Amino acid sequence: MSQNSFTPGVVAHRLPADQYSDQFSDLHPPLNDHEALVAADRCYFCHDAPCITACPTDIDIPLFIRQITTGTPDAAAKTILSQNIMGGMCARVCPTEDLCEQACVREAAEGKPVLIGQLQRYATDHLQDQGVHPFERAEATGKTVAIVGAGPAGLSCAHRLAMMGHVVTVYDARAKSGGLNEYGIATYKTTNGYAQDEVDWLLAIGGITVEHGKSLGADMSIADLSARNDAVFLAMGLGGVNALGLEGAHKDGVLDAVDFISDLRQASDVANLPVGRDVVVIGGGMTAVDAAVQAKLLGALNVTLAYRRGRERMNASVYEQDLAASKGVRIMTHAVPVGLHGNGAVREIEFEYVDDAMTGTGQTVRLQADQVLTAIGQTLQGDDLPRLDGRKIAVDGTGRTSLSGVWAGGDCATGGDDLTVTAVAEGRDAAMDIHTTLMS
Amino acid sequence: MANLQSDFLGIKSPNPFWLASAPPTDKEYNVRRAFEAGWGGVVWKTLGSEGPPVVNVNGPRYGAIYGADRRLLGLNNIELITDRDLFTNLEEIKRVKADYPNHAVIVSIMVPCEEEAWKAILPLVEDTGADGIELNFGCPHGMSERGMGAAVGQVPEYIEMVTRWCKQYYSKPVIVKLTPNITDVRKPAAAARRGGADAVSLINTINSITSVNLDTMAPEPSIDGKGTHGGYCGPAVKPIAMSMVSEIARATETSGMPISGIGGITTWRDAAEFMALGCGNVQVCTAAMTYGFKIVQEMISGLSDWMDEKGHTSLDDFVGMAVPNTTDWQYLNLNYVAKARINQDDCIKCGRCYAACEDTSHQAISMSADRVFEVIDGECVACNLCVNVCPVEGCITMEAMPAGSVDPRTGNVVEPEYANWTTHPNNPGAVAAE
Repeated sequence: MSQNSFTPGVVAHRLPADQYSDQFSDLHPPLNDHEALVAADRCYFCHDAPCITACPTDIDIPLFIRQITTGTPDAAAKTILSQNIMGGMCARVCPTEDLCEQACVREAAEGKPVLIGQLQRYATDHLQDQGVHPFERAEATGKTVAIVGAGPAGLSCAHRLAMMGHVVTVYDARAKSGGLNEYGIATYKTTNGYAQDEVDWLLAIGGITVEHGKSLGADMSIADLSARNDAVFLAMGLGGVNALGLEGAHKDGVLDAVDFISDLRQASDVANLPVGRDVVVIGGGMTAVDAAVQAKLLGALNVTLAYRRGRERMNASVYEQDLAASKGVRIMTHAVPVGLHGNGAVREIEFEYVDDAMTGTGQTVRLQADQVLTAIGQTLQGDDLPRLDGRKIAVDGTGRTSLSGVWAGGDCATGGDDLTVTAVAEGRDAAMDIHTTLMS
Repeated sequence: MANLQSDFLGIKSPNPFWLASAPPTDKEYNVRRAFEAGWGGVVWKTLGSEGPPVVNVNGPRYGAIYGADRRLLGLNNIELITDRDLFTNLEEIKRVKADYPNHAVIVSIMVPCEEEAWKAILPLVEDTGADGIELNFGCPHGMSERGMGAAVGQVPEYIEMVTRWCKQYYSKPVIVKLTPNITDVRKPAAAARRGGADAVSLINTINSITSVNLDTMAPEPSIDGKGTHGGYCGPAVKPIAMSMVSEIARATETSGMPISGIGGITTWRDAAEFMALGCGNVQVCTAAMTYGFKIVQEMISGLSDWMDEKGHTSLDDFVGMAVPNTTDWQYLNLNYVAKARINQDDCIKCGRCYAACEDTSHQAISMSADRVFEVIDGECVACNLCVNVCPVEGCITMEAMPAGSVDPRTGNVVEPEYANWTTHPNNPGAVAAE
């Protein structure tokens, strides 16, 4: 291949073929036994530990770390998975720096928290690598539940319901299960097909059928599902993306960051993925960072992440921002896109600088851009949904919607951040409420 | 810089740090390197009688107990006395002593409890030019089954008898090394003194099984599926050793007797503590076996800096300084009242003080919703458990209540006078105050 980082336009194979596997390898390689014991020894076994409070799924972190210390990592895994059935994925993708590790008292003491996320992965990998599924189903209840969406919320709910003895059918629009775990997370955060492995492991409990290529609206309605099942759980996530709202948004080279990320995850060889020489990512969340970092890893010469507010307002954590910076991504703030220039294909993007109140300053700047990735938020799609609160399905603390017999959780519903771990917690809690409701 | 020059029984060494009789001092190669590394003296690993040397097991000889990060806290061993030829050892001792005249070289000896055995070996040892001998009456494994080591140390009459032989057939200082595997360490120490010993050294190792292999169901260290008790040493035994040292330093029948302190000494501070309790010098083994000979550098610099800070110009300035403050429980001041104080700036909010106090002590620490931990003076008995479990040194302290203030726990005024159990009204045997 003659392409390299300097080749103009959107082209594949910018890097030597042997470089891609290094570029997209595990961001945090798994801890070996020695590293795990050293890391685990730093846990103080705090009383009513702040890390537990900080975990959306309330994993008993001091207990599982103590179980690692005492040479029983499988027991540690059970402690984790009984609270969070996707503890393996959460160990990889959770922004631990904003959750458990931020709350760790050793963060307060020394600025170096216990490596909770990596220890969690150590334990869950240890169990799952043996192909062991430690949970059993309760006696059959004769109840059936339909779940829309096989992402973290849907699968978490499905597993808990199956465990309680119910029969579950999960419908998903896409060809694979996993939702954003499979399609929406940076490749270097979950390598070697872990998302599918985790789904297979989760489904090993039995009692769960997943039907792919079935989406709400096109193939079924909530009313159908309610009529045929004892309960319905909606967890279809946010299927749409916000539009840039600019003229020229359809020029070649402009695409949604979620599609870029999804293509990377689904590629059999990432070297075949085209990437621009000058890439501009618009947005300030995790999706924007994931897209920007991966564009750089694919060999783009210049990658700029442009955000309309200051860095402190970015949804991406400071850790993620630093990761992007360390990979060579330039972070540009207070910049709102006002124009896309180019004949057919995008050549430049124009921004106006805005102040903290988002008021335009009248100053503009043009960046060379042969590829523009937009990551300015996803939206809920569908008609005949339960009552919305803002742009999401309104739910109470246990996931109940305005429709009787219909629960919702994950990104499509209100409550909590749009994180894998939050979705897992919401799925689990809805399952418990569904169970209580069906059995009373 | 403070003068660390040590004079123990007239034996001079550049510092008070000696390597104890143990594997590190088993041969010339080690001892030369130890002296070069800075050790002030060595007690050569125990010699036995002339003849075929003892044999050791060819499997694991050590077992260990660990703290966090696999830090070795306790070590046990089932190694016997030297398994090298007596005359090889003697020749090496002679060469080393000749080359290091300013360092202390002590020879540890263990031969059967027969006068002839001692009479035979002592002139050979005398001939090496070594500075003194140490009688191994402490080894608790193997040799004790043959009537030596701890088997002698557990019978005061034998100690006295053998010590007397040694004083009769050997002209230089005789140190009696004591076993802790007894009920009252003052008895063997007094016996040594009656026998004419110049000093005692303690403690030797403690009977111990460090672990059981749950697969083979054998104690460790295991030799082909069987284990035996070994001798326990290392940081874990320091408190036991210091208590025994203090008992000898305080007892009428043994007070004033020179003591060489042994037992888990790892840092300069450990050494200073033993010496404050009356030890003229200290002996180290496990720390060297864990970290190598280099650790003596920290001991030298640390002790020297501390002495400078305290204005001590020689070791004698502080040896035994803590002995008068070591007393019986009945003489502790029961009018002294303290309360725990938590420094909120240092607190990292782990809550271990709360868990310990709430679950296992006096429910004297409160916890707020935002994890502020505070002492409830009305419940606090100043037990110190919170201080002990707090991971941040100095975060929780014990503060004495001033005389005249009211202890909210008891409602009593804190009295300025010293008053102990012997005169306490609750003591049925109290002596009425005149």
